[in-house]
Amino acid sequence: MVEPLLSVEHVSHRFGGLLAVNAASLSAPTARITALIGPNGAGKTTLFAVISGFLKPSAGRVRYGGEDVTGEPPHRLARRGIARTFQIVQPFAGLTVRDNILVGAHLRHRARAAALAVAEEVGCEVGLSDMLDRPAHTLTVAGRKRLELARALATEPKLLLLDEVLAGLNPSEIRDVVPVIRNFCARGIAVIMIEHVMQAVMSLAEYVFVLAEGCIIAEGTPVQVVADSAVVEAYLGHGAAAKVRSANVR
Amino acid sequence: MKGLLPIVGVVAALAAVPLVIHSNVVLNFLVVTLMIALAGQGWNILGGYGGQYSFGHAAFFGTGAYVTAIMQVHYGVNAWIGFAAGIVAGAAVGAIIGGLAFRAGLRSSYFALVTLAFAEVLRILASVAPITGAGVGLLVKLDLRAQSFQFQSRAIFYYVILALVGVSLVIAQLLERSRFGTWLIAVRENEDAAMALGVDAMAVKLAAMVLSAAITAAAGCFYVQFFLFIDSGIAYGTWISIEALLTPIIGGVGTVFGALVGALLVKSLGEGVKLVTGDVPGLDLMIYGAVLIVVIRFAPRGLVGAFAEAWDRIARRFRSPPLPLRETVRG
Repeated sequence: MVEPLLSVEHVSHRFGGLLAVNAASLSAPTARITALIGPNGAGKTTLFAVISGFLKPSAGRVRYGGEDVTGEPPHRLARRGIARTFQIVQPFAGLTVRDNILVGAHLRHRARAAALAVAEEVGCEVGLSDMLDRPAHTLTVAGRKRLELARALATEPKLLLLDEVLAGLNPSEIRDVVPVIRNFCARGIAVIMIEHVMQAVMSLAEYVFVLAEGCIIAEGTPVQVVADSAVVEAYLGHGAAAKVRSANVR
Repeated sequence: MKGLLPIVGVVAALAAVPLVIHSNVVLNFLVVTLMIALAGQGWNILGGYGGQYSFGHAAFFGTGAYVTAIMQVHYGVNAWIGFAAGIVAGAAVGAIIGGLAFRAGLRSSYFALVTLAFAEVLRILASVAPITGAGVGLLVKLDLRAQSFQFQSRAIFYYVILALVGVSLVIAQLLERSRFGTWLIAVRENEDAAMALGVDAMAVKLAAMVLSAAITAAAGCFYVQFFLFIDSGIAYGTWISIEALLTPIIGGVGTVFGALVGALLVKSLGEGVKLVTGDVPGLDLMIYGAVLIVVIRFAPRGLVGAFAEAWDRIARRFRSPPLPLRETVRG
């Protein structure tokens, strides 16, 4: 069997006395959307930080493209093709939308003209074409989320880590962004998304990992996972599983 | 290159000044002002574009000045070579301080304090070490020949420093349009986000520090050739650290012309007040403080920034009418 693009092997991360991620393992194949879900505080963002090099794991390994990349700094991983968005959006507030995306585009294109062309193309792809010359701090929440996507995409990644890009968006905005994400995967990018908007997870993800209190408690197709009583109870507490199951019967 | 045109214009306008004004007092004033603009432009590369506010650019100014002087006084080296060596030495000091500070992960006020400390340490060392002339300072022998980088005419000195300032303006302009500059600005705006996009923040900041130090060191080298004297209080004193950061902040941080505009304003005000009140010690510093407060309150992006905003507003008013109107005209 072909090795998946990314495999996280028994990764743990400890913040002082708190074991935020506990021997979590997951994998993500090329051109597929994988979701990472779990209740608040489960350690999802910490796991993303480990994969993208912002945190060094206390234990475990991260393998990417057949190589051990554990503990490599973020900029080197970005060069290898790992891009991430931030849950709390981090625009370059003083720059225009175009210049924000340009920073990402410069990773693969030294020449300004080429990088600008990529920035414009990517901006249009995520639906920011009308706002390219606006300062990033004037964007709405939805606009900022798109900007996060655009910047990450401009680095021409092989693996894209999306940390709650749909959170805070209204249903119509979500409907706009979902096809954008699906398009990434159609281009051969491996996508891992942390998401609370289950409707989007169900429609986008082919495979889901569920993290609760630092441990992967379930994995499988979205349908399998939502039917898993351990998952339901992790979210809703004891006794909730039966209730949800009856609701799913319709 | 479209962006280079304003630089050519400004430098040409400044180059015309000695043709009109022959007063040595005015020329001396302009030479010193341009020297401060050069030191400020050095600061602007790191502080303005990179967001790393150094309070110790005296470390580079002083190193440039001392190396230029020491090469000539102690080793009999040609002044032009000494000048070049001063720039290289300033850049090296920048690499050392930057390497230590950035590797230690110092940001914002911690970075500012550490740079200040380095400059002070250098000042104290220079005030006791024999090679720097200790408390007495160093006098460069008067030798008014071009090959000794000394000129009878103030106007020639003026053109030399103007050329250096011109080069520093071009450097800033090229920086703005380059990948390195884009990454540097990204680091200023948000270091984590920049790293996630593949920017090696550490390397970018270090490179900016070296470039910044080299430019400010050039101002120090020039100081020695112009005044033919240096001591620890001038070379590594806080005065130059303050002027190097004040001028771009007042003129416009992270803009090509910020340091030049700031230096012209600040120095003119300082001299103007001195003309009126006589030479009251410390008065120029009070003026700087007052101007700084006013600028930060009313034009946080400096004079160049405020001018650009005003220009945008005027341009918008005269631009084609808003869309709906045009549609009705067509319809």
